[in-house]
Amino acid sequence: MKQIAQALCAAAVAFAAAGTADAATLDTVKQRGVLNCGANGQLPGFGLPDSQGNWTGLDVDFCRAIAAAIFNDATKVKFTPTTTSNRFAALQTGDIDVLARNTTWTLSRDAQGLNPTGINYYDGQGFIVRKALKVNSALELNDAAICVQQGTTTELNLADYFRANRMRLKTITFAGLDEALKAYETNRCDAFTTDASGLYSTRLKLARADDHVVLPEIISKEPLGPFVRQGDDQWFDIVKWVHFAMLNAEELNVNQKNLEEQMKSENPEIRRLLGTENNFGEQLGLTKDWVYRIVKLVGNYGEVFDRNVGQGSLLKIARGLNALWTKGGVQYAPPIR
Amino acid sequence: MARPWESAPGVPFYRDPKYRGIAVQIGLCAALAYLAYAAIQTAADNLARSHVASGFGFWNVIAGFDISQTLIAYSPQSSTYGRAFWVGLLNTLVVAALGIVLATILGFAIGIARLSKNFLVERLATCYVELIRNVPLLLQLLFWYIAVLRALPEFAASFVLPGGVLLNNRGLFLPRPLFADGTHFLAMVAAALLLAVVFNKIAGRSTGFWGTTSARTAFTLLIVVALPVAIIVVSGAPLAFDYPQVGRFNVRGGLEVLPEFVALVLGLVVYTAAFIAEVVRAGLMSVSRGQTEAAQALGLTRTQTLGLIVIPQAMRVIIPPLTNQYLNLTKNSSLAVAIGYPDLVQVFAGTVANQTNQPVEVVIITMLVYLSFSLITSLVMNLYNARYALVER
Repeated sequence: MKQIAQALCAAAVAFAAAGTADAATLDTVKQRGVLNCGANGQLPGFGLPDSQGNWTGLDVDFCRAIAAAIFNDATKVKFTPTTTSNRFAALQTGDIDVLARNTTWTLSRDAQGLNPTGINYYDGQGFIVRKALKVNSALELNDAAICVQQGTTTELNLADYFRANRMRLKTITFAGLDEALKAYETNRCDAFTTDASGLYSTRLKLARADDHVVLPEIISKEPLGPFVRQGDDQWFDIVKWVHFAMLNAEELNVNQKNLEEQMKSENPEIRRLLGTENNFGEQLGLTKDWVYRIVKLVGNYGEVFDRNVGQGSLLKIARGLNALWTKGGVQYAPPIR
Repeated sequence: MARPWESAPGVPFYRDPKYRGIAVQIGLCAALAYLAYAAIQTAADNLARSHVASGFGFWNVIAGFDISQTLIAYSPQSSTYGRAFWVGLLNTLVVAALGIVLATILGFAIGIARLSKNFLVERLATCYVELIRNVPLLLQLLFWYIAVLRALPEFAASFVLPGGVLLNNRGLFLPRPLFADGTHFLAMVAAALLLAVVFNKIAGRSTGFWGTTSARTAFTLLIVVALPVAIIVVSGAPLAFDYPQVGRFNVRGGLEVLPEFVALVLGLVVYTAAFIAEVVRAGLMSVSRGQTEAAQALGLTRTQTLGLIVIPQAMRVIIPPLTNQYLNLTKNSSLAVAIGYPDLVQVFAGTVANQTNQPVEVVIITMLVYLSFSLITSLVMNLYNARYALVER
């Protein structure tokens, strides 16, 4: 199925009528009245629909924040589940306006018609193994069979890591996350590898989560972020600044609880952020109160993190690198001025 | 007498149906060519507009990912995407070739069983066909994959079979013959097989003692089995084996048969055999009853009647639809992607398309490969069919 979808996408990339790519994305989205967002669909904490079809996740909330800024309505988003194989084609054909699907920023992706807009989750690749194997380090995995999902940077890092450490490897590759995990669970593989955040959330999907342990090694840099098509600078700026706005809101302690209070703040930075002073939102093609809308309807970065993957969620992932730069992390946004 | 390529006298060429026909055909071809050109042009434009790299330069770029089953040398650090293509292609061919052979055998057996006079055999065969034909292949593959994995012991508790063979949920591990020393031995085996074929050809024409089936079978077996054994005894086991060794996680060395491979072949064979059985049944029923009765009147046994009289005539009906089933099996092998077997679609149209971000080129190559597979299979089967077809005089 995925291959068919991918082939169709490929054909669509090629033969779609010219012109759609030329129109300004913001106008298209406004006209349509809904934002098309490519999300994961299989990964708890980042993008997963529940039985009623309500999507939740860090990346999902990011798309909601864009919709909030444009429409003042966070529900005007249509989520499309994408696979690792069809995600870029879906973006390039215009099927989706933004790809928020825990996608790693790499040079080749940046160079080939895609623009990463920022890093909404600093991640790295890790391994999960059965406790019964008594493995304490990834360096002990010489000769191991490892299940991995296809078409990912994970697949390449894995081969690199084993080669760098002169270890032998047996990779079993699957098209989908669930298939790969199923094979690991039936003991086809000794270890399963993906981004560390993904390990925490997929661990929850295993029948007996306590029988498995995440190894301490992080073998790669995986800066995950949203992507847009190349060639529409205005849209690129909007998506980029939605993330920065959420970070700045957290840094200035503007959150869903104190928002109305902060609207009366005398702090010039907060006044510029919330649009009570100056017209920064309009410079982007949005409205003055764009950040007010985002925080009110979705929340600041810290709130979104906490709700989906942090202490307020089942995953309980520590902020770590994703803490603000003022709190020992590397999340740092340029100022709104 | 009017020549066929000249218009009838008195009719201008533009009213001649022949010239009109040609003109229409030229027009149609031109329109099609223009459509193709326009499609390619639009594609190139759109690709350039969305800054997608194009061309086949990726072919010689280092791949960097690992593949679980490689029939030719492949390593992530030094092999290219082009090499990965060949690895995937060979993996597909192995599954297709083995699947076709096994599905044919199983299909014939079940097709014949459906016409059996034994109630139980006939019912069982019918149930098999009805059950298997009506469950989607993808589900069957997943079933076999899970069933195969669950049924096998974990690595630590491998079944140890005689001759250094290990079986566990990581696969079947056989001793791998090392060809370096044994090439002349293999040459002898090949020579023995050739000899057996030639002998059968010649003896088949004889009407004396060597022409009888039992004598031919016995002598063929003697050549094929006894000759290699004699060589081994005389030269003192020239063939060395690389035995599988138990490591901490996996088995090292030896010849490895992946469970994904077994599940895929099993699923394809079981599924396709149900269709082949129906094809065979139809073929057998097309041979008139009089042929069987005549054979029996001549004193042929039931097996001889089937093998010498009925099946050769049934083949004329069987071969064309059988070709279709072979093509289906080959194309269905691309469902391997669901169970993690590294076939062409999984490796090339999956991983390579994604890592290079050039799905258009990759998908086109993949389509061409499947098209060539199908055309070659059709060609071979058509040649075979031409030999078997009824020659009318």
